[in-house]
Amino acid sequence: MPRTLNRILIYTALIVWTIIALFPIFWTFSTTFKVAKDVQLGHIIPWVDFKPAWLGLRAIGLSPDTIFTESTPRTEFIKRFWNSIQASIGASILALILGSAAAYGLSRFQYKWKIWKNRDISFFFLSQLILPPVVLAMPFLVLYKELALLDSMIGLILIYTLSVLPIVIWIMKDQFDTIPQELEQAALVDGCSIWGAFFRIILPIAMPGMVAAFILSVILCWNEYFFAALLTSSYAKTLPVMVASQTGSQGISWWSMAALSSAAILPLIIIGIFLERYIVKGLTTGSVK
Amino acid sequence: MSASSTAASGQDAVAATVSPERQRFGRLLIRASTLLLGLIILAEILYSSGVISFGFPNWQPVLIAFVLWSAALCWGLILRDGEAGWRALFVLPAILFTLALVIFPTLFGFFIAFSDWNLQSATGRQFNGLDNLRQLWADPYFWNALGNMVFYVLTVLVQYAIAFGLAMLLNADIKAQKFFRVAFLLPFMLSPVAVSWMIGKSMLEYRFGPVTNLLRALGWENPSLLTTPWLAKTTIALMDAWVWIPFMMIMILAGLQALSKDVQEAARVDGATGWQGFWQITFPLMLPVSLTTIVLRVIFQLKLADIVINTTSGGPGGATDTISSFIFREYKDRSNVGYGTMIAEVYLIIIIIFVALLLWATSRFMQRHS
Repeated sequence: MPRTLNRILIYTALIVWTIIALFPIFWTFSTTFKVAKDVQLGHIIPWVDFKPAWLGLRAIGLSPDTIFTESTPRTEFIKRFWNSIQASIGASILALILGSAAAYGLSRFQYKWKIWKNRDISFFFLSQLILPPVVLAMPFLVLYKELALLDSMIGLILIYTLSVLPIVIWIMKDQFDTIPQELEQAALVDGCSIWGAFFRIILPIAMPGMVAAFILSVILCWNEYFFAALLTSSYAKTLPVMVASQTGSQGISWWSMAALSSAAILPLIIIGIFLERYIVKGLTTGSVK
Repeated sequence: MSASSTAASGQDAVAATVSPERQRFGRLLIRASTLLLGLIILAEILYSSGVISFGFPNWQPVLIAFVLWSAALCWGLILRDGEAGWRALFVLPAILFTLALVIFPTLFGFFIAFSDWNLQSATGRQFNGLDNLRQLWADPYFWNALGNMVFYVLTVLVQYAIAFGLAMLLNADIKAQKFFRVAFLLPFMLSPVAVSWMIGKSMLEYRFGPVTNLLRALGWENPSLLTTPWLAKTTIALMDAWVWIPFMMIMILAGLQALSKDVQEAARVDGATGWQGFWQITFPLMLPVSLTTIVLRVIFQLKLADIVINTTSGGPGGATDTISSFIFREYKDRSNVGYGTMIAEVYLIIIIIFVALLLWATSRFMQRHS
């Protein structure tokens, strides 16, 4: 009897938290299809409480009746969406290239420059994690202005790369440490160069770690708001900045906000459902030994 | 920067394989590119201060020169040091990248911090010594934001307790574990800006948000969640918890799954109750993972900004302000770069001291308990 009771309690708790975790997401998606009356009456369940309408998608030009016509909001939305993709993918690739190489070097070789050794270099990279974005925000604003990088994609990609680089190095170093050194020593004996061994032998084995690092970087960059809000204006503005700029205090059109928010979270939800394994791997790196 | 293998014999062997001409060429390349970089910087400085009349309209050439210099340095090291140069090539790009984008801007920030610089005023940058520091000392909003940060950091402990509970649930022998794990993880992946709208502006909407409706149905007459100061602070903390609990939960779950089955059995059978088994066996074994998780989470919490900026903009009356959101407004509303940077740099120093103490205390604690 207590065992059954125990199980009931466990499943109740699980279901309660599932509702807490998923309801806001459901609410956002469903609000996309509500008209003003449904929002104000607090209707929740589609087809039962309210009849779904295309209002939200029409507002960004993606409903069935507007998708083949000219639409300024849609052009704007697609531009921001594409900017977000460019910034997050570009920064993740750059961080992965710089970070994997650095992590491999730190994992395999002993460096020494004056009093600096491997430990210090690793610490140097990881210590960037504690640096809050605000510290860099204003110097970057001024410097980017002088360098003509303000409101440019390259500027945004550089700073995003910087913010995910420590995480990539952390994940990749952990990954390389688990690969036995004998593997590339055998390759070196066969006449492979160290870079040849790195590309041909080690990288293919380290693929799971690279995927984990890449996905985590994409998520972090996709969601980044602080730098994008400060450093971009008309050209390189990303999706989160667009979502944030729509929130006027008066007369919000709920359905279009919901549609935009849905668009901002949908790619990540898809990633979350299908690549959860890699996200978990990336997050738990190095913490559990 | 030079890197070398510490295998003593290796270094000599390597040096011997590089021909003197190549070495000389490598050295020349490094020196020449350094000279070129120095010259371009000098020319820019002279041009911008009006000493010479020809030059570039902006500083972009310096950036390009720096990139070229980095490439020349890497190539030069390979020529000069052979094998050791190839090894240095692994870490050097990342180091140069970080130096250029973190260390330089941070130092440059200290330069801005001691000046009166409003981007909208015509006077431009003016050195004003310690004025910003004095202003900061007397600024109630700064101290208020710092106090709020203490509150937000302390909420991490509550998040940890909840996350531990959820991890235990997921680690129990349940069906559809994968479904629950994905469902629990999803909030962590969502953009804070979208969360601010989804929950802060929409579900907590005073007149008809589903949460306020629910609270009214439960008998709370006036659920003014975002307009009462202490309630607003709690609400922001709850939204932040909603986003970040999954992160801690995943870490703790991984720790639990790494415990051996014997230990988990012992925790179940040995103690008179599961509760005792938990406190005597599971919890002590989980201490290392717990501490890592909490320290990491605290570090992330110190950056808290997006949710506050987009939900309350620090209001009502600064009740929900974090240092980051305060500086954000200082710039967005007043274009006050000098003072904003001073706050940021002071905050950085506070953070470094705080995190160093935290790491020191954790490692002391771990040593005593192992």
